[in-house]
Amino acid sequence: MQASIQLPDDPKLRYLLRIGDTCLILAQRLGEWCGHGPIIEEDIALSNMALDLIGQARGVLTLAGDQCPQDYDEDQLAFLREERDYLNATMAELPRGDFAFTVLRNLMLATWLKLSWERLRESQDSELAAIAAKALKEARYHQQHAADWLVRLGDGTAESRRRVEAALAQLWPYAAELFEADAVDAAAVASGLGPSVAQLREPWLAEISAVFGEVNLPLPAEGRFRSTGRQGVHSEHMGYILAEMQHLQRAFPGGAW
Amino acid sequence: MNAVADATRVQQAWAVLGAVPDPEVPAISLCELGIVRDVREHGAALEVVLTPTYSGCPATEVIERSVVEAIDAAGLGPAQVTMQRAPAWTTDWISDDGRRKLREYGIAPPGPADADGAVPIRIVGRRLAPVACPRCGSAHTERLSAFGSTACKALWRCLACREPFEHFKPL
Repeated sequence: MQASIQLPDDPKLRYLLRIGDTCLILAQRLGEWCGHGPIIEEDIALSNMALDLIGQARGVLTLAGDQCPQDYDEDQLAFLREERDYLNATMAELPRGDFAFTVLRNLMLATWLKLSWERLRESQDSELAAIAAKALKEARYHQQHAADWLVRLGDGTAESRRRVEAALAQLWPYAAELFEADAVDAAAVASGLGPSVAQLREPWLAEISAVFGEVNLPLPAEGRFRSTGRQGVHSEHMGYILAEMQHLQRAFPGGAW
Repeated sequence: MNAVADATRVQQAWAVLGAVPDPEVPAISLCELGIVRDVREHGAALEVVLTPTYSGCPATEVIERSVVEAIDAAGLGPAQVTMQRAPAWTTDWISDDGRRKLREYGIAPPGPADADGAVPIRIVGRRLAPVACPRCGSAHTERLSAFGSTACKALWRCLACREPFEHFKPL
């Protein structure tokens, strides 16, 4: 059995993991559609987006590994951490649900990531800025794809509309976490590493509202629930997804093919 | 004398790389794709600087290997590959020859990248930039899916000759 790695307590590392892990875990969820898409074009599209996200996660996790005295690599970070050391937004880890749920989650997270990458292009960390410049181009395609489908489903049949509304009711409580800033964000702003997530809230709401407005989907009211994945405290679904992701590296340490 | 010899080796390396095909779109070379950013000589070794096309492009490792092998096979090695992310690759770097070869291969080449970069999001009803069918040249085409068999391509079909085709997405 491969022992879990230990992470130093470092705000830059945490900032990077919040981005990289959100990409990584969302990619894992999107990858679950491979072979299960409602039509082959969507099967391919969702797998393609998963691949982009894995690529982005690789870049960010490699950079995160450089912040650790043990100089971890991307694979050690992806496969050998304990659950509480993953800092993805909880929304990314929720089970894939139906196609409407996947589309709406993609819209919310692709918009969030796109707005993040836009600002991260100006990062004082030149490697992060380079990753962001590339990822931004990809995230635009992801957001566009999700927006197209959200409109199609929201304006489609009574059944597709019902599913969009059900997905929105399920997902909306997890959106608040995306903009909850803390000391990690403050340190990133102070050092010029990147924006505080609080700065993303207004542009995010504006873009999401524009898409929702196309199909007369009202923005739900904000409730008091706060998910805490970005603090490392996850939903009950996280352990299962990690078990699936980590099984091979834990059972066959260093296994490669 | 030395400087001339150095330049020759680097120039030869460029010529070699101009014949290394992209593994997923073998109709065009790495140079035509615009991902070879620099070739430098460091003493005995050649350094080839490449830039990735997409963050998650699975061909990246294959490309690195084929570059090292091609340089070795031409007797110009040893070579090492450096991946350089910035500035980010754009389809605008695909050469005119590369575009022509893509079209001949049946892939519609990309239009200018980022033409609408400032528009945050476009909802349905927007007009996609027209893409000409690489087979019959008709502009009477439609997009089937923004994502295709590789990260860099979208699926289209021609409404004139009825053939499906791929479009290299502007990025």
